[in-house]
Amino acid sequence: MFEQLEGSRAVAKTVARCRPAVIAAYPISPQTHIVEALSDFVRTGELPGCEYLMVESEFGAMSACIGASGVGARTYTATASQGLLFMAEALFNASGLGLPIVMTVANRAIGSPINIWNDQSDSMSQRDAGWVQLFATSNQEAVDLHVQAFVLAERLSLPVMVCMDGFVLTHAVEAVDLPEQAQIDAFLPPFAPRQHLDSRDPITIGSMVGPEAFTEVRYLMHDQQLAALDELPRISQDFESVFGRDTGGLVRPYRTEDADVIVVALGSVLGGVNEVVDALREDGVAAGSLGITCFRPWPAEAVRAAIGPARQVVVVERAFAPGVGAIVGQDVRHALRSAPGDGPAVYDVVAGLGGRPVTRASLRGLLDDVVAERLDPHELHFLDLDHELLERAGTPWRRTS
Amino acid sequence: MTDLKLYQVGTFAAGNRLVDLELRSVQAHADRANSITSGHRACQGCGEALGARYVLDAAMRAAGGDVVVANATGCLEVFSTPYPESSWQVAWLHSLFGNAPAVAAGMAAGLRALGRETRVVGQGGDGGTVDIGFGCLSGMFERNDDVLYVCYDNQGYMNTGVQRSGATPPAARTANTAPLGPEPGNAFGQGKSAPLIAMAHEIPYVATATVADLRDLERKVEKAMSIRGARYLHVLVPCPLGWAAASSDTIRLARLATESGIFPVFEAEYGEVTAATPIRRPVPVDEYLRLQGRFAHLFGKHARPDLVARIQAAADRNIVRFGLVEAEPRTGS
Repeated sequence: MFEQLEGSRAVAKTVARCRPAVIAAYPISPQTHIVEALSDFVRTGELPGCEYLMVESEFGAMSACIGASGVGARTYTATASQGLLFMAEALFNASGLGLPIVMTVANRAIGSPINIWNDQSDSMSQRDAGWVQLFATSNQEAVDLHVQAFVLAERLSLPVMVCMDGFVLTHAVEAVDLPEQAQIDAFLPPFAPRQHLDSRDPITIGSMVGPEAFTEVRYLMHDQQLAALDELPRISQDFESVFGRDTGGLVRPYRTEDADVIVVALGSVLGGVNEVVDALREDGVAAGSLGITCFRPWPAEAVRAAIGPARQVVVVERAFAPGVGAIVGQDVRHALRSAPGDGPAVYDVVAGLGGRPVTRASLRGLLDDVVAERLDPHELHFLDLDHELLERAGTPWRRTS
Repeated sequence: MTDLKLYQVGTFAAGNRLVDLELRSVQAHADRANSITSGHRACQGCGEALGARYVLDAAMRAAGGDVVVANATGCLEVFSTPYPESSWQVAWLHSLFGNAPAVAAGMAAGLRALGRETRVVGQGGDGGTVDIGFGCLSGMFERNDDVLYVCYDNQGYMNTGVQRSGATPPAARTANTAPLGPEPGNAFGQGKSAPLIAMAHEIPYVATATVADLRDLERKVEKAMSIRGARYLHVLVPCPLGWAAASSDTIRLARLATESGIFPVFEAEYGEVTAATPIRRPVPVDEYLRLQGRFAHLFGKHARPDLVARIQAAADRNIVRFGLVEAEPRTGS
């Protein structure tokens, strides 16, 4: 049923219908509306049988999730930005222990300088934490991905984070088709943990593993991650058959079939990107876009197939690695490593940091430059970089455009 | 456990053979859980291994064997679970160094949501408890989560090679508080009494104990398990390695720590002290300190009686504060 809802509320209602047994959360903008709503649902009985722990930190939140999941309870939390970093140690622990915790990340910049607005530096910084990372392009997709996240997590015993752009999605009110309780109950079976702590059958979880077996344990983790690349498309297809919505699975190609230039992006920026793609098409430029729904594990084959014989690939980066450059762009190059010939030119463009809007005009200007080959693919580019501001700061800018 | 008290080597104790079967210690029963069983890799004379065995077996007995354990990183975790071996015969999970109280809180929440009656014990060393895990511990107390958290206090980061923790006593030599300079060993400060801070949360039950009085330790675990909500047990567990003491002196050192007043043994409910174990035979801190190499620099060629006096003053304060000597000693029967 369609409802006019704030993104956070839509996600909270959907999570509640996934019947988590334990929620442990610590407030941080822009995640707050999600966990506030869930607290209400637990108090009113709309989410029955759920224990809500108001913990003292995000580290405590993830740790409590580890304990709850360890005894076999379906477990959920949400965070953003600094909170995700404060969880970092526990994130690696949760994935190492194979605990199917589901977490919303309301993507937000990381300080310093402190900034509460949207980019994707937070989840990108945890790309190697062993968590599945799914990125939503809209609130509808955020809702749909949460339902699938629980299925994926519990089927593979892997933690999953669903990333949705802070404020841009979490605080945006739009029509969302909320999955009905009965539909979710049919789609998401009760949690049957692969293993859990049970006093009747005591096991030791979290042993110390030395050089003789550590590599193998980590190898199995990699293998499990790769299994998600097979599992997610299946879950996505099942989801479509029940809920009638195509959520794309691993990637969302748009007009890529015959495209010369393809824009790769994650999250809400994709809506604007697609509008620019349409405009370029009208002007006779064979443009397309590729949304990455599943960023971790990295769907290299799906990315390669979608990019196909395109000559140019523009990667819109909502985060970057200072001193290095691209994050997603490097993964795109990795996916194209066995492409025929030299493969396409890949342009890394940092855009929309700390809440700066990524406008259609800027994107159009960028793509016009790319198509006209006015941009050097070997350099890191910053969209809408304010040169005047840099000069006023007394720092001469260089190697940027 | 029993009103029967016999006087033995300076403290109240009674050998198991002298009491009725049902009054004997948990360890005296053939059906004890052996929660942490033999074959682990703790040092000879390890107070922590002994303490954990008594605590968990008592908890298991009190809960009819229905217990899960969250363990912090540290000696206890390392010496008990070198993959593929495990000494644990209880359902046991180790997550991280600083999060055992939060993991335990999560377990309790999960079990409650699942409708299971299983009880939760969290445990860690002093570093994991009073330092890196302190935020999580305080949160667990403040929420009154249904967890018994046990700190095995050996007064330092022994697992990483004997560095100081917030529980290391003044003047003690550690790997990073060497007996060098005008203030040798660990700095003198106000210290960090985790039991007193626990009491400030006004949780239902706080107690201290040592491995010198294992019946007392068992009794306190039993009492803690009879209560719901957040409970805190702080157990002094001498460490032969970190204290540079003889392995055969572990129990003696724990006893001297209480008899000198340096480690008060007491119970508190809802923020108020309800009982303190009286010192039957008070001893100067000197007797306690001299057995430990970590205090050797206070006595040798460059003796520092001034620092010993400061430690004695701290012990005297404890004796007054908790009424350890003035209290009427319980008489043996």
